[in-house]
Amino acid sequence: MEKTSKSAKLYLALVFIVLYTPILYLIFYSFNSGGNMSNFESFTLEHYAAVFSDTRLIMILLNTVIVALLSALIATIIGVFGSIGIVFMRNKSLRRSILSLNNVLIVSPDVVIGASFLILFTAIGVKLGFASVLISHIAFSIPIVVLMVLPKLQDMNSTLIDAAADLGATRRDILTRVIIPFVKPGIFAGFFMALTYSLDDFAVTFFVTGNGFSTLSVEIYSMARTGITLTINALSGIIFIVTLLLVVGYYFVSLRGKNPVGMGVRK
Amino acid sequence: MQTKNTKTFYLIPYYVWIILFVIAPIGLIAYYSFFDLSGNFTLDNYFNFFTSVYLKLTLSSFWYAFLITFFTLVIAYPTAYLLTKTRHKQLWLLLIIIPSWINLLLKTYAFIGIFGLYGPVNAFLNVFGIGETQILFTDFSFVFVAVYIFIPFMILPIFNSLDKLNPSLVDASRDLGASSWTTFSKVILPLTINGVKAGIQAVFIPSLSLFMITRLIAGNKVITLGTAIEQQFLVTQNWGMGSTIAVFLIIFMVIIMIITGQRDKGATSIGKNK
Amino acid sequence: MKDITRTAIGIIAVCIVLFGINKYLSQNSGNAGSDTVTIFNWGEYIDPDLITQFEEESGYRVVYETFDSNEAMMTKIEQGGTSYDIAVPSEYAIEKMKENDLLLEIDHSKIPNLSNIDPYFLDLAFDPKNKYSVPYFWGTVGVVFNPSLLDGQTFESWETLWDPSLKGKVLLVDGAREIIGMGLNSLGYSLNSTDEKELLEATAKLKKLTPNVKAIIGDEVTQLMVNEEAAVAVTFSGQAADMMWENESLDYAVPLEGSNLWFDNMVIPKTAANVEGAHEFINFMLGAEVAAQNTDYVGYSIPNAAAVELLDEEVTSDERFYPPVAARDHLEVYKNLGLEMLGKYNELFLEFKMSGN
Repeated sequence: MEKTSKSAKLYLALVFIVLYTPILYLIFYSFNSGGNMSNFESFTLEHYAAVFSDTRLIMILLNTVIVALLSALIATIIGVFGSIGIVFMRNKSLRRSILSLNNVLIVSPDVVIGASFLILFTAIGVKLGFASVLISHIAFSIPIVVLMVLPKLQDMNSTLIDAAADLGATRRDILTRVIIPFVKPGIFAGFFMALTYSLDDFAVTFFVTGNGFSTLSVEIYSMARTGITLTINALSGIIFIVTLLLVVGYYFVSLRGKNPVGMGVRK
Repeated sequence: MQTKNTKTFYLIPYYVWIILFVIAPIGLIAYYSFFDLSGNFTLDNYFNFFTSVYLKLTLSSFWYAFLITFFTLVIAYPTAYLLTKTRHKQLWLLLIIIPSWINLLLKTYAFIGIFGLYGPVNAFLNVFGIGETQILFTDFSFVFVAVYIFIPFMILPIFNSLDKLNPSLVDASRDLGASSWTTFSKVILPLTINGVKAGIQAVFIPSLSLFMITRLIAGNKVITLGTAIEQQFLVTQNWGMGSTIAVFLIIFMVIIMIITGQRDKGATSIGKNK
Repeated sequence: MKDITRTAIGIIAVCIVLFGINKYLSQNSGNAGSDTVTIFNWGEYIDPDLITQFEEESGYRVVYETFDSNEAMMTKIEQGGTSYDIAVPSEYAIEKMKENDLLLEIDHSKIPNLSNIDPYFLDLAFDPKNKYSVPYFWGTVGVVFNPSLLDGQTFESWETLWDPSLKGKVLLVDGAREIIGMGLNSLGYSLNSTDEKELLEATAKLKKLTPNVKAIIGDEVTQLMVNEEAAVAVTFSGQAADMMWENESLDYAVPLEGSNLWFDNMVIPKTAANVEGAHEFINFMLGAEVAAQNTDYVGYSIPNAAAVELLDEEVTSDERFYPPVAARDHLEVYKNLGLEMLGKYNELFLEFKMSGN
């Protein structure tokens, strides 16, 4: 394969610039003493100080991260098994209907999902709060995991499994040693997309939360009427930098251990 | 695969999920769609849907969803392809996803500033002698921001299918004298079609129900089915009509699934072998 | 497989650590274990220092939750599953909540500070004798404009919005009642009209406004006006005050044909768990000094006469935000027109929105 050409690099650079511009814009104004996102008056760190002095905000942030990580993890586990089940389904029309059902939550507007989950939870008597939010996030993340894992499974060569079976592998071995390693990139992709869904969700969380439990999105959306404070910009700036450092750091650490994150590459 | 029992055991959570969080809500929506504001059984909601306003809405929703998916695909495919050629590809891929972890409303506010009359984009255009241009509240800004939101959802599945593409196949095609285009259309694309389909499903379907940016970025000049449902549920509190539109949205989704899934042979061959 | 298991275990470990930090923080903030008062309010709609002050004075722990629209808030309360002791709905929402039996009566004997409220704002049509609600903030709907981007237009009349020179310069708030109401007012009708003919006439008139409309948006109007992206915006006085705070060249006017007078009010939802604490909180918020401090923070108009005395003269003498009683004659409070009529308003509003493309 030839090396990436100049124009290819330029294209990628352009994509990355566009992806990061709004975030840099937000961070830039988090240093604004003017208190809004339009006129940059002078440099200040007051908004960052405000983040650390606001215990409620920090607790909300922790809640958000916990819900995101746990829901993405559980959704990934359920979704992976679900997609394995779908792929091995013999009945074509059944498989197709399950797939359609799978995608219903992706297409449904958040308000509809939120309202129907709320009705469901109150009907079966789940107390609104951490548990109901976590369950809802798992629920709306599962389909995206399936959507990310399924293509990998479909690409899997059946001879691989046959070979393993012929060599005397048990069903458990086939699953853990053949199937899972093969679809690993899809699993990671699904996990990260589930994380994205969870971090961004406002409408569903709003309906199913209660008893003092809140996430960052709910907080930000409800601020819109009176204006979002730059404290939120500062907080997002911190989240962004920390995430970036964690991801890059984790990548290089695992690289040194000769065990890179299996996002794209099957080993 | 001989026995069924152990397999279904793994599947229990998934089926429970389908029953509780998919079938139950659909049932609820279908049920509500048959009631009017005062709680009487009626089919009026369905008749209403076929009035000019909602048909126009549906058509424009589809048109914008098509535009968004098309541009997302056109931008995402080369990006995914070039990413597979970089040295730290998994890292770069992660860096594509990270921006989507910052709150969408905040990013949208940033876009309002960026596209503004005195924002950086207009300043940049000014350098080339193009005067102040109204970018915000146009079809362009709407499609642009929608593409921005959906790009990671398209890149990921395509990247995954490209990544495991055997490079020797491409080399072979080249050695046999195929042009770049032929190599792409006859070798690379068919082998990555599952990824592309997954991407289209992850983008087109949600595009139909985009709602927040129709107001913030398009200034309500673009109205989608999602906006209409949102309005019916939250403002008008006419859950019946809202549910009816949702029912149609689900029907459209199933149709799209059937279209994009046509050539999907799944891995049934695995099952059939035994 | 191994690295997947390891990643999963790592995630769980991280969650446990975060959970621990969270527990630690919640124990250190406020009086954990004691009775709580749960408040359901718009975001950034109270001075957080006052919450701390209330916690110290009363011994209750305050749980503060936020919502972004009256309708979403009502759905939440109606479905139950969680108990809010205080909510802050707008007046039309109160009528609906009363209808649906979602509110508890307020015991006036427990709210001595009610006497601080300007009698003008008490005993209004949406809640006679203030049986269920106590006013929190109030305001009007009007026109924010930027004289430096206009050729001397002022907005004594809604008619000015139709001025052809304002092509593509007008922002409208995304609310059916507000915009159809504006159409009705501009024709001299009541903004509570239920007359089919008047409504159609108003819609037809609004459609003629389309060329002047730059966008129909929500809260983002603040950012756009402050940035001088648009010259004119039809919006709420509270938001106007926010904008003018940030951009001094802006001005605000309430057209004379008539407009809306709105109130946000504190209520006790039926599902309240701590009714006693809710009353204490309402009484606390009505205290003159507390209300004045809250006004300084939020920036909206306060109906509390005792607090107005304490506020900066410059603020309270501003007739744009504290119009004298005589000037309030042409203002109307929204009546609950019923779901059927609200549906009609929304349908017409959708028609108006779609007339642009």
